Amino acid sequence: MYIIVVGAGKVGWNLTRELLEKGHEVTAIESNRRRYLMVEQELEHNISYGDASELWVLERAGIQRADMVIAVTGDDEDNMLICQVAREKYDVGQVIARVNNPRNREHFDLLGIKPVVSATDLILRLIEHEVPEYGLVHLLDLKEEQLEIIEMLLGQDSSVTGRRVGDLQMPEGSLLISVLRDGKGFVPGPDTVLEAGDEILAVLDPGREDELKVLFGPGGGNGAGADG
Amino acid sequence: MFILIVGCGRVGSSVARAMLREGHEVSCLDEDPESHARLEVGLEKGWEDLGGHFTVGAGLETDALVAAGIEKADAFIASTDGDNTNIVIAQIAQRRYEVPTVIARILDPLRAEWYQRQGVHTICPTRVAIDMLESAVREGAQREAI
Repeated sequence: MYIIVVGAGKVGWNLTRELLEKGHEVTAIESNRRRYLMVEQELEHNISYGDASELWVLERAGIQRADMVIAVTGDDEDNMLICQVAREKYDVGQVIARVNNPRNREHFDLLGIKPVVSATDLILRLIEHEVPEYGLVHLLDLKEEQLEIIEMLLGQDSSVTGRRVGDLQMPEGSLLISVLRDGKGFVPGPDTVLEAGDEILAVLDPGREDELKVLFGPGGGNGAGADG
Repeated sequence: MFILIVGCGRVGSSVARAMLREGHEVSCLDEDPESHARLEVGLEKGWEDLGGHFTVGAGLETDALVAAGIEKADAFIASTDGDNTNIVIAQIAQRRYEVPTVIARILDPLRAEWYQRQGVHTICPTRVAIDMLESAVREGAQREAI
């Protein structure tokens, strides 16, 4: 596969190296002269100097025959534009963009650029996973389908322990799909009684996390309060 | 007409003043608070006293665009010093906020030409300079030949 990597910072340089090791043909493009000269000592002809938002620089790097363009510069506008031009002008089959500021993600969506990779989001996911106190872990976002799957550990203080699943007032647009107990997973029925230490998986419409947190979290249980 | 100008440099501020004088409602958005002073160059009163609006913020920030009035804008001018920023925010204005008139200043002729063909109204000062220089040289050469 022929891959163009735009931006030879820490991410771009290492990515280029890895892709070369996997046997791909790769050209990295770097616009900072000093950085270029440094990286060029290792990558040699696999790096090209120039501002990749200039079309002729992309063409010189052979974008017409590229199978994939990966834009990982530190500038979101540049990444957006490069991916948009790659896809729409040069018919590159696959583009991947790095999002530096998670708040710009909506703009990538608007311009139809996907997939996007955001280090901030990835680290946040890791924190959610490694620090259980955080409550709720995103396992999967099905963006197109407008669904997500989350995992939650029920603490000792969870307001739903000892309660039947059938009695829970699950927020609209959410569904309890599985319970992990003592290392074993099962699909809960209405008569399943939840215990502290259970890990539950739920599928839900995006944006419903907070309601679930309230329902399954400590003390609160407001959502389930209407059980009278 | 309500006109939103993002990027209040020499170009943006001059267009802003001219549009305000013509009686339009003009709002400027710029990252640099100091650019407000440029708006008032040659004005007899303060920018706000004359009815102008000024917001500090980045053109890519949705909050800033909304605060500057993009939702009610009839015209949107992207004139920051970054070509790619202008291209991106012009498309945001067009696609997301459906502003009827959107114009982007793009210095790189190649990018300007391609995005123009993609339906983004672009103004390319570099192209204008190239054309003027070429015809000035041609005129000179012609005079020489006579």
